[in-house]
Amino acid sequence: MNEYLTIMKSELVLTAILFLLLFVKLGSRWKNESTLLMIQLLLLLNFLSGFFFNQNGSLFGGMFHTSALIVFQKNILSLAVYLISLLFADWLKKHEHLTEFFILMLSALLGMFFLLSSGNLLMFFLSLELATIPVAAMANFDLDKKISSESAMKMILSSAFSSGILLFGISLIYGATGTISFAELPALLNGSPLQILAFVFLFTAFAFKLSIVPFHFWTADVYEGAPMATTAFLSVVSKGSVAFIFISTLYTVFKPMDAIWYNMLMILSIATMIMGNLFALRQQSIKRFLAFSSIAQVGFILVGISSNSPEGLSSVIYFVLIYVFSNLAAFGVAAVISSRTGKERIDDYKGLYQTNPFLCWVMALALFSLAGIPPTAGFFGKLFLLTAGASRANYLFIGIAALNMIVSLYYYLRVIRSMFMEKNETPIGKIKPDMSTTLGLIICSAGVVLVGLLSWIYDYIVKLV
Amino acid sequence: MPNATYILLIPLLPLAGFLLLGLFGRKYFKNTSGLIATCLLLISAALALYTAYGYFFEYGKVDGIYKQLIPLQIHWLEFSPGVSINMGIVLDPISVMMLVVVTFVSLMVHIYSLGYMKGDERFPTYYAFLGLFTFSMLGLVVSSNIFQIYIFWELVGVSSFLLIGYYYDKPSAVAACKKAFIVTRFADVGFLIGILILSFYTGTLDFNTLIQKLTNAGSPELQHAMAASFLGVSALTWGLVLVFIGGAGKSAMFPLHIWLPDAMEGPTPVSALIHAATMVVAGVFLVARLFPVFAISAPQALNLVGYVGAFSAFIAAIIACTQTDIKRVLAFSTMSQIGFMMFALGVSGTGGENGLGYTASMFHLFTHAMFKALLFLGAGAVIHFIHSNDMKDMGGLRKYLPITHISFLIACLAIAGVPPFAGFFSKEEILLAAYRHNMAIYYVALVTSGLTAFYMFRLYFSIFWNKEANIHEPHHGEGGFAMMLPLVLLAVGAAGAGFIPFGKFVSSDGAALESEFHLQFSIAPVVLGLIGIFTAMWLYKKQNDKPDRIAAALSGLYKAAYHKFYIDELYIFITKKIIFNLIGRPAAWFDKNVVDGMVNLTGNTTTAISERIKGLQSGKVQQYAMYFMAGVIGIAVLFIYIWK
Repeated sequence: MNEYLTIMKSELVLTAILFLLLFVKLGSRWKNESTLLMIQLLLLLNFLSGFFFNQNGSLFGGMFHTSALIVFQKNILSLAVYLISLLFADWLKKHEHLTEFFILMLSALLGMFFLLSSGNLLMFFLSLELATIPVAAMANFDLDKKISSESAMKMILSSAFSSGILLFGISLIYGATGTISFAELPALLNGSPLQILAFVFLFTAFAFKLSIVPFHFWTADVYEGAPMATTAFLSVVSKGSVAFIFISTLYTVFKPMDAIWYNMLMILSIATMIMGNLFALRQQSIKRFLAFSSIAQVGFILVGISSNSPEGLSSVIYFVLIYVFSNLAAFGVAAVISSRTGKERIDDYKGLYQTNPFLCWVMALALFSLAGIPPTAGFFGKLFLLTAGASRANYLFIGIAALNMIVSLYYYLRVIRSMFMEKNETPIGKIKPDMSTTLGLIICSAGVVLVGLLSWIYDYIVKLV
Repeated sequence: MPNATYILLIPLLPLAGFLLLGLFGRKYFKNTSGLIATCLLLISAALALYTAYGYFFEYGKVDGIYKQLIPLQIHWLEFSPGVSINMGIVLDPISVMMLVVVTFVSLMVHIYSLGYMKGDERFPTYYAFLGLFTFSMLGLVVSSNIFQIYIFWELVGVSSFLLIGYYYDKPSAVAACKKAFIVTRFADVGFLIGILILSFYTGTLDFNTLIQKLTNAGSPELQHAMAASFLGVSALTWGLVLVFIGGAGKSAMFPLHIWLPDAMEGPTPVSALIHAATMVVAGVFLVARLFPVFAISAPQALNLVGYVGAFSAFIAAIIACTQTDIKRVLAFSTMSQIGFMMFALGVSGTGGENGLGYTASMFHLFTHAMFKALLFLGAGAVIHFIHSNDMKDMGGLRKYLPITHISFLIACLAIAGVPPFAGFFSKEEILLAAYRHNMAIYYVALVTSGLTAFYMFRLYFSIFWNKEANIHEPHHGEGGFAMMLPLVLLAVGAAGAGFIPFGKFVSSDGAALESEFHLQFSIAPVVLGLIGIFTAMWLYKKQNDKPDRIAAALSGLYKAAYHKFYIDELYIFITKKIIFNLIGRPAAWFDKNVVDGMVNLTGNTTTAISERIKGLQSGKVQQYAMYFMAGVIGIAVLFIYIWK
């Protein structure tokens, strides 16, 4: 019994919090502020609890397994969710269904935890669904906006479509090998056309969740329509969790098909970086801009994944950690501005520096990190991804990735230029973010700077891998 | 061994200034920020001098040879078992010399700006940026590790971007800072790939180990790197050439120089700092840092450095003869002088007399920092007085600006190579090194040094003589004490720096190199220089129509040179026309937005194409599902049938 408590600790803690929130919703007449404060504390506890009483092992005949590395990945996700509760406080406080929002979000997070620990395709499928469906409901949370419902609708339809293909792929795998266990699969994979077809179906499910071109079309519409908190959750937590499970599946289960998926990753990575960049160049809405920039970022993650080496794994985890801080900081700033003034266009940001220097510096740090300019952490993240990718000695691929880094620089600088350099007669007025948002922004900025400079963080990840 | 703490303070003090003024300057130090930054830098400069004294006269020399000392080394990050990244401070002759040059010139610029930028509403921000730049540059020169140098290299790029674009309400300044940033970033990609190649073959990022492994003929790493080849050239040579491309971008070598003239949009003291003494010589410094590898193991790469340097020196000198914006003349003259430093490295070998080019290059870097900073600051004083950059608006200013006039004259004599001013000594050594190793480069250099004298004195006579000054009311004087003090100090440097026995301190192998003086040898360059000066005097001392007549007679060449040999246009031509037609519209879209659009920010012709791809993002879920399915089928077919 004790074993169940420690091995499944993360999931159990999260479930306990979920139940607690259900009771809070049913029973209390608390004000939103106090509820939010309590939730923030619970999420902080959830994050901190991730560092204690961990045990490696597997349960239920290998359906569920965990290791120090998986726990670390879960901690990154918990941290991101905690930061979301801080950063979007402004919007959350005004929302009458605050508790439900968190119940949905934590359910999705629970799904991701199971996803990371899954040791079997069935478990994998179920937890992937659990990680997706609540998010569609979260996308509909701007209840009075039509565009929000539309985005939820699009998300649920698109993911149903992708789930169908995934399920088809799983059945084909079962048909071709007679097992769905991650542990038994590698020995049975021989690269026959049927297996390749099944693998392509599985692969596209990942590609869909990660918004890899050409499976990315839902992304921009959903990101734009959904409330900023949901968008942030989708682009950071969802992407992060899927990137983790994607890399571990490729490196362990589908290792025998390495030659095939390397080429797939290369083609899709190049397409993703280029398309993401080209679209991001033209966006006017800050949310769509961040959506496409995050598509381009995923292209770089694929470069790291393609290395099929321990460095690839460690650099991807490191990059996701940095990406959590940088992207959430950018979304956090955009969310405060949007929640106070309703402005979401890049042109509206002109002259922001005159009125809100703090927000501008946070945004600039975040964007510099996303663009990969030293000494922000994003630079190290990208550098390690590229170095890991370079171990396959395909320099053309790495060269294209490096060129894309420069292109992305252009549109990130565009936003910075708007904020700092362009004059505006009627800039956005002075905004005083509340305590928890400020705290969240400071944590994110510190992360953007320190994760790169404190070398023990990367060393720690290397040790785990 | 020196104490690392105070050496560490040299770069950290300007950084502290940046943080202090950047965060609190606008609120608390509105008027005092200049003084605070200047005092911090004064301490930095004093510490740098103290370090230099200690290194050169106390602990640096062991058995007559200057050793490399590493007073601080932090094991910072282990990327993979073989490759770890350290952060450290290296003291060797060139890094110590650069510490002195950077802090001294930066200090001069700090003082000068107290007068020049007075009354600017973003005064604290300006000093914050200066601090950041100085910090990055100092970090760059003491780097012990190729990766560390890359980080600071990029930081230098970022801070110069901020400084060039300081007048952000001027569209041309915004365009210029972006152009500078993007062009150098493109070059930096080369640098980064070069680093990856070198570290891949040697398994280290540390300069010392890298140089050891790549210069020892018996080491397996060297043989490995020499054996691997691409397009018939060894991987080692490729790596070094790529590193050199990075250096050429920052040092404005042909054909990556197009950002330098535009970068003159920044405040003039900034040009003195960045485009005279510090950032633009980073490329030279980088080649010098890796010099043993270039010289011993990859002579082809070193030859490339030599030819690119000589060609840049020559072409920039011709262009400089025709420009009328005084800062642009100085910009091209900088490019030309850096070309001298580059080809001096290119014609050098290692050890003893062979290493003359190396010493000469570093010597010229040192003296050039003095007189070019002086020229820029002098030009700043002129612009401050006359409120124009154009030579046509100037003339006869010697009566109004006596101190500027004299110091400018000294700098011109120095750069023209007239004895006994500083430029004479360093240029003589460069020419001697070229004479001994490569006659072709020697002749190019000889002609170029004549041209140098000509265009510098064309500048001098046009500003201070020529027509009578057209000043209606003497609105203000020459600029205050703050602006004159740096001019005087730098003039002393430009006049006297040549007498330093430089070869004793800086040489390719650390041992003292006695620079001999050959009287017969100096006759040719000095005579050519004097011819240049007198031609300029004949043409420009009095207002006349001779220059125009000559320009008309040589109209084709003159026009070509005036338009900088159409290199900017060539870039635009290649990017717009050839690539557009050959690679087609998608590439042109990329090109327009990236290469050109970054400069111009216009995208009218692209709208049509982007409308088309925008159509893909229609918002219709059914269509998305269709694309999804098409993607699945496409990948499945590709990998099952075609690419097995």
